[in-house]
Amino acid sequence: MQVSMKVNGEEVTREIEPRVLLVHFIREELGLTGTHWGCDTTNCGTCVVLLDGQPVKSCTVLAASAHGHEVRTVEGLASNGSLDPVQQGFMAEHGLQCGFCTPGMMLTARALLDKNPHPDELQIRQAISGQICRCTGYATIVRSVQWAAEHPAAAGDPPGTGTDEEDVRA
Amino acid sequence: MTTTHEHPANPAAGDPDRPVGFGRIQRKEDPRFIRGKGRYIDDIVLPGMLHGAILRSPVAHARLVSIDISAAAAHPKVKAVVTGKDLEGLKLAWAPTLSADVQAVLATDKVRFQGQEVAFVVAEDRYAARDALELIEVEYDILPPVVNARRALDADAPVIRDDIEGRTDNRIFDWEMGDAGATDAVFARADVTVAQEMVYPRVHPAPMETCGAVADFDPIDGGLTLYETTQAPHAHRTLYAMVAGIPEHKIRVVSPDIGGGFGNKVGIYPGYILAVVGSILTGKPVKWVEDRSENLMSTSFARDYLMKGEIAATRDGKILAVRTSVLADHGAFNATAQPTKNPAGFFSIFTGSYDLEAAYCSVTGVYTNKAPGGVAYACSFRVTEAVYLVERMVDVLAAKLQMDPAELRLKNFIRPEQFPYKNKTGWEYDSGNYAPAMRLSMQLAGYEDLRREQAEKRERGELMGIGVSFFTETVGAGPRKHFDIVGLGMADGAELRVHPTGKAVVRLSVQSQGQGHETTFAQIVAEELGIPPEDIDVVHGDTDQTPFGLGTYGSRSTPVSGGAVALVARKVREKAKFIAAAMLETRAEDLEWEKGRWFVKGDPGAGRTIAEIALAAHGTLALPEGIDGNLDAEVTYDPPNLTFPFGAYICVVDVDPGTGRVKVRRFIAVDDCGTRINPMIIEGQVHGGLTDGVGMALMEIIEFDDDGNCLGGSFMDYLIPTAMEVPDWETGFTVTPSPHHPIGAKGIGESATVGSPPAIVNAVVDALAPFGVTHMDMPCTPARVWEAMQGRATPPV
Repeated sequence: MQVSMKVNGEEVTREIEPRVLLVHFIREELGLTGTHWGCDTTNCGTCVVLLDGQPVKSCTVLAASAHGHEVRTVEGLASNGSLDPVQQGFMAEHGLQCGFCTPGMMLTARALLDKNPHPDELQIRQAISGQICRCTGYATIVRSVQWAAEHPAAAGDPPGTGTDEEDVRA
Repeated sequence: MTTTHEHPANPAAGDPDRPVGFGRIQRKEDPRFIRGKGRYIDDIVLPGMLHGAILRSPVAHARLVSIDISAAAAHPKVKAVVTGKDLEGLKLAWAPTLSADVQAVLATDKVRFQGQEVAFVVAEDRYAARDALELIEVEYDILPPVVNARRALDADAPVIRDDIEGRTDNRIFDWEMGDAGATDAVFARADVTVAQEMVYPRVHPAPMETCGAVADFDPIDGGLTLYETTQAPHAHRTLYAMVAGIPEHKIRVVSPDIGGGFGNKVGIYPGYILAVVGSILTGKPVKWVEDRSENLMSTSFARDYLMKGEIAATRDGKILAVRTSVLADHGAFNATAQPTKNPAGFFSIFTGSYDLEAAYCSVTGVYTNKAPGGVAYACSFRVTEAVYLVERMVDVLAAKLQMDPAELRLKNFIRPEQFPYKNKTGWEYDSGNYAPAMRLSMQLAGYEDLRREQAEKRERGELMGIGVSFFTETVGAGPRKHFDIVGLGMADGAELRVHPTGKAVVRLSVQSQGQGHETTFAQIVAEELGIPPEDIDVVHGDTDQTPFGLGTYGSRSTPVSGGAVALVARKVREKAKFIAAAMLETRAEDLEWEKGRWFVKGDPGAGRTIAEIALAAHGTLALPEGIDGNLDAEVTYDPPNLTFPFGAYICVVDVDPGTGRVKVRRFIAVDDCGTRINPMIIEGQVHGGLTDGVGMALMEIIEFDDDGNCLGGSFMDYLIPTAMEVPDWETGFTVTPSPHHPIGAKGIGESATVGSPPAIVNAVVDALAPFGVTHMDMPCTPARVWEAMQGRATPPV
């Protein structure tokens, strides 16, 4: 079957088997390997992407269900060469170690901040509670999201924020 | 936070002219991860690559009657179907384990645990490979399984390993440490003795990325490139050379970015070998990535120790001796990854942080019809079990003597002047200063206030618990004369090259799974050479590009590889001195080092930086006798001893009297890992380990039913803490450097996983004291806590 969707702002169309999962479509058809896979049961959340702005676990969404919708992956977080404040926050506050759950965590954080620019600690914890991180113990992820909330201006392109070229050592 | 000694936090941040070494800096690996540009095993795609999938046994113990692969082989997208019989022809049906046993790659005679590998399919895509598994018909003749380790040595227990000639029972080993007679004598004369049976249940490291491999065999030159999720690429390469008969120089093992390891990715799994077989058979690269159930049901589990602990003490609380016996469930194959001479790992460190007169332990290892493994999940070669045992027992003693558990610990610590301290089972603790760490944790916790609050709450019928643990870790194996894995000495290499422009590359034998090696090891070189960490590239995880060494597990990267890196940098620095002397037309002994440059004593203006020296080394300068034209060095570091990090943890829980639900309200962790390289990374390592502790103490368990069916085979059943189950961690530290480590660092990767479970369980038991509870086993789930409140606490196995 043919599916079309907008992924990170770009229209894509592919011929696929109807049973193909969105996570495999993103990773294997589109080659966007920043979206990971960690379980089969919608528990771990390493596969979280934004579907029309809402975090979904792409291991339990058929690619066909995303037909006509908008998908945003970690590769679509930075814009115009500027990192999303969430990405900067994760680096600044050590919100990642192995990096495997990180894309999903950051996308959930982005969706949260879009709805609620000043979440408290509990709201952040609740937002990421459908996702598992085995490395960080979550406190630094919470701080990373708080950092992003405190630096919303970084979303534009102000001086001093990291860019793809400059942020290796913030 | 207080400390006895601390490096300034990145004093020169942002100033490229001022080099920095130790201190908080952002991680060099993060820019790729936050963009989704990490390269994990499943991200690797090679031209023409095929996909493998494994058919696994649905039963725990059965004789294989027949396998019919004809329908699978006829699937249009299937390229190969492999069974144990095929592997027998290749002499690959059985592979050696890391504990001198063998493990079936694909079953030939029997299946011995649910989830065991039975057949392997290679197909054009991953969906087709899975489809074809459904087409394979296997007939099993079901045998009675051995599920409970306590039944494994019964006279009528089925013999699981009848593949081993002459085997008539399920005993793997009997091992003892310490002095039984001396210990018995102390127990006989002690005022007070306490005993408690306890279970450290089977748990699983469950890294977020499962295990996998991409094998790429080149039939023309006979070379194999194997990408795999391994914490020990060099050890794996050597073992593949021994197993598969491919010459070692023709094997390249690449461990790409690893999505968490925790010991799960130390062993060699049948899937890795099958990917290689698939690539040899098809002439194409073959990828195999297990699913979550395969990961939980077949790869290295952790713990599964059934223990009895005993303490002998004086009436006023001086601990005299500790005695313990253990039944260790190793599953169907003895595949634990641990040093050869230590079948129970470092369990004999169960003497803990206390100055004892005598100690003795005996451990019996048995086979059961369960997945193999045992040493994993950040356990420091079973220090986890040892610390749990002694820290739980100290609380049992405290309850009996009606003493405060923190005070009881303070009374019994090894004193600072006793270090280096030789314990009663032969370990030499390198350094320690325990009481300040204990007092700091009590101060951070507000211990007295907490006890007052608890007393008030008890009056009102509320259940609040305060749990204390104090642990001594044992990491950095090790001196190669004492420690090897399948004959390979546990040393690690490092190579350092300073390029002509003063930028450097350091190559490591260890491999990060998230610990931040690309940052930490650059900082060590930076500290030693005075060039900024961003000018130092860290290369790891590729056997073609790195020196030999045993890899990352048991918190050994900093103690072993960190030593190697410091020493290789010092070697370069020493060489730079002679080149600088030639440049300055003076004698080397007249030069003095300050971070980043050699200068003439008494004339600080006359000096040369490492970058200037590097350029001269590669330039036209007439070099001194015996100095060749580069600024490179290499070392293999064989540490003189292990390192012994320690910490004091306090946990505060509230238990819902109606449901038995435990809420960890606060957790205070004071760690001492010696010299601190990057405090941010250290804190992260501690946080992660504390979360493991909450998981093990309250949630995680791999259970089996009577037929040997695994009941923890998915994340629906195997519960891991989310952000909602853990508090905001409170950390502190002291610094007691290791006297023998080149930079005084001790390692931190597993301290919190080792130290936190007893603090949490002690807190739960403390909360339940009004019900007369003196012990309950992990996991302290609501149902099990509620049972304990009814006086019906049961062991989980």
